[in-house]
Amino acid sequence: MNRGDKLNRGRDAGDGGGDGGGNGSGSGNRSDGNGDRAAGHALRVENLKVHFRGARRSPFRRPAVVRAVDGVSFQVGAGKTFGLVGESGCGKTTTALALMRLAPLTAGRIRLGRRVISDLDGEALRAARRHFQMVFQDPYSSLDPRKRAADIVREPLDLMGIGAPAERRGRALELFAQVGLSAAQAALFPHQFSGGQRQRIGLARALATTPGLIVCDEPVSALDVAIQAQILNLLARLQRDLGLTYLFISHDLGVVQNICDDIAVMYLGRIVEQASRAQLFTRPLHPYTQALLAAVPRMHGARDGGSRRARPARLAGDPPSPINPPPGCHFAGRCPRAEAQCRRESPKLRSIAGGHLVACHLVD
Amino acid sequence: MNAESPLPESPSPESPSRPPSSLPESPSPSPPESPSPQPPPLLQVRDLVVEFATRHGRARVLDRVSLGVARGEILGLVGESGCGKSMTALAILGLVPGPAGRIAGGSIQLEGRELTGLGDEPLRRIRGKDIGMIFQEPMSSLNPVFTVGEQIAESVRLHENAGRKAAWARAVAMLKAVDIPEPAARARAYPHQLSGGMRQRVMIAIALACRPRVLIADEPTTALDTTVQAQIFDLLRELQRDTGAAIILITHDMGAVAELADRVAVMYAGRVVEQGGVAQVLSAPRHPYTRGLSACVPHLDTGPGGDGGGDGDGDGAGAGDGDGGDGDGDAGAGRRELVEIPGVVPSLFAMPRGCAFAPRCADAVAKCARERPAMRAIPAAAGHAAACWVTAG
Repeated sequence: MNRGDKLNRGRDAGDGGGDGGGNGSGSGNRSDGNGDRAAGHALRVENLKVHFRGARRSPFRRPAVVRAVDGVSFQVGAGKTFGLVGESGCGKTTTALALMRLAPLTAGRIRLGRRVISDLDGEALRAARRHFQMVFQDPYSSLDPRKRAADIVREPLDLMGIGAPAERRGRALELFAQVGLSAAQAALFPHQFSGGQRQRIGLARALATTPGLIVCDEPVSALDVAIQAQILNLLARLQRDLGLTYLFISHDLGVVQNICDDIAVMYLGRIVEQASRAQLFTRPLHPYTQALLAAVPRMHGARDGGSRRARPARLAGDPPSPINPPPGCHFAGRCPRAEAQCRRESPKLRSIAGGHLVACHLVD
Repeated sequence: MNAESPLPESPSPESPSRPPSSLPESPSPSPPESPSPQPPPLLQVRDLVVEFATRHGRARVLDRVSLGVARGEILGLVGESGCGKSMTALAILGLVPGPAGRIAGGSIQLEGRELTGLGDEPLRRIRGKDIGMIFQEPMSSLNPVFTVGEQIAESVRLHENAGRKAAWARAVAMLKAVDIPEPAARARAYPHQLSGGMRQRVMIAIALACRPRVLIADEPTTALDTTVQAQIFDLLRELQRDTGAAIILITHDMGAVAELADRVAVMYAGRVVEQGGVAQVLSAPRHPYTRGLSACVPHLDTGPGGDGGGDGDGDGAGAGDGDGGDGDGDAGAGRRELVEIPGVVPSLFAMPRGCAFAPRCADAVAKCARERPAMRAIPAAAGHAAACWVTAG
């Protein structure tokens, strides 16, 4: 739970992949894995907490605790896309890493399909990893520059012992076709691909183990706008074809609106509003969500000349530090509507209408 | 730059209601759809060519780029990475990385003074003094071992021969001008002690410390959160109004351009393919590439009753050949398939002979592959020009 522990866990996950080539346990999963090839898993997260303990500055003082994720709960239906949005530092990536079991869990329960993955450890966790995979933000640093594209894509198959070794190359090429790359590109190295193509390789790698859940952490934010559309359309097509469940993290609300079915807005480690796409974008309730939406530059503003500059007031300042956040509502300090109660009591996430959840004292 | 100045005011040539106060004597009050025949540009780039010598031969990264920006005007320079937007900025600053790269043709004039061919020393005096620059990544462009106050004061001392005390006072004043709270204390902070938004404010303070006449902002908000981006945009707008500087805003974000710019130049593969007033280019784009660029971005749609401008998101996309009706307006229904621009940007070493966009263009005709189109003025849309055989002219 302290910093060292976090690092260790991270490394374990990496090493677990690195040295496990010949393990026999993968075979146990093999049939099971191929069976649910075309089905996403439902995801249920309950009261997830990830706290990091800072260094102890003095024996008389308690070390600071960073509450990166502080009691997050949500559900994602099989084959659906759930979006997590918020400013940097709000805990969306830490939530993703916790789901991937790459960040230490302080508390909470994560259920994927029939598996409770928050309880798994060691070899059992390693074996279960094939069911949840991740696509990273930066397609440049998330591919090994010394490996050929086809080897990158088949590596998970080798590590998890999925399929006969002789068939794995064929499977890799199949994945290539699935993400819109040609077999002729299989022998190329990552630097020979463009950013969008690299993200396709990352996606093929994530798909290799036929996971039920893919966590996409800002998968298009490093790409050019013209390429973003290609990758978003590809993600949607793969979901249609394979029934994948996505957890989709982005700070770009336009992208989130395009691809997500349900969306949670995070602020300082907590969900402050959660709703379906239609609800959230047409009727945002939390003042923070409203401010986020108002901050997005609009294309149509240019048309009506002067009116583009008439808009709600800006959010001032930055989010407060997740070390010792203020009591009451975390957003109160920046909130244009905050009242005395907001600074005293922390608002609970409650249901307003038809699954629209909001944590704000001022919303009826 | 003061908080009390009303926000929603900035020179925008297409708004007829107010005279373009910060534009110097524009000849006639312009009709809504056509920005005035521009006042003489402060900075004028003509037929700029930048080439790099590489192992694989000569790469022409800028190919006859022409653009200008007037006093008090914000020019948006948009395009994908590799299209030459940043190289245009570097060329203007005389920072094309040599010896491989060089300006192989064209001219860059600042108030009539030719900048190409100037030696290092005169250029050094222009950089930071007459032309300020804001870089994309505030963390890596600030020096981690000096306080931010020292870094702002440095440019004042260098360019204005100010004494240490005066320079420091200016640094604090600049921090105040960019809305940093407790400027005197923050001047003694090191970059790592500031948040991303604060660092970008410091960058802006450095760039503006010597009151440059031209400010080049290269993706100034790409690394920042949207809420902070909105703050920075407000700040740039205010500072520009107060100082009358011309701003070149380099970005890949059409939304940012719509929000901030008065005019836009769209670049593709080292060439300017379309240029015009922001309303003209965004609501009636002529070049197929501009159309694709507007249509492929998932624009936020807050639906009816959203934010006053609730006219669906047919806007940018509506220009994309009659596909404006594909399921927009209803934010809740199934996902809207995004318009894709097929293929990728051509390699610099295999540039098509004709129009650089022709291989990806749905509208291309035989002539497009053969001959390169020149920028042609769009009839009945003053100041709007595009380089396309099919759709311009």
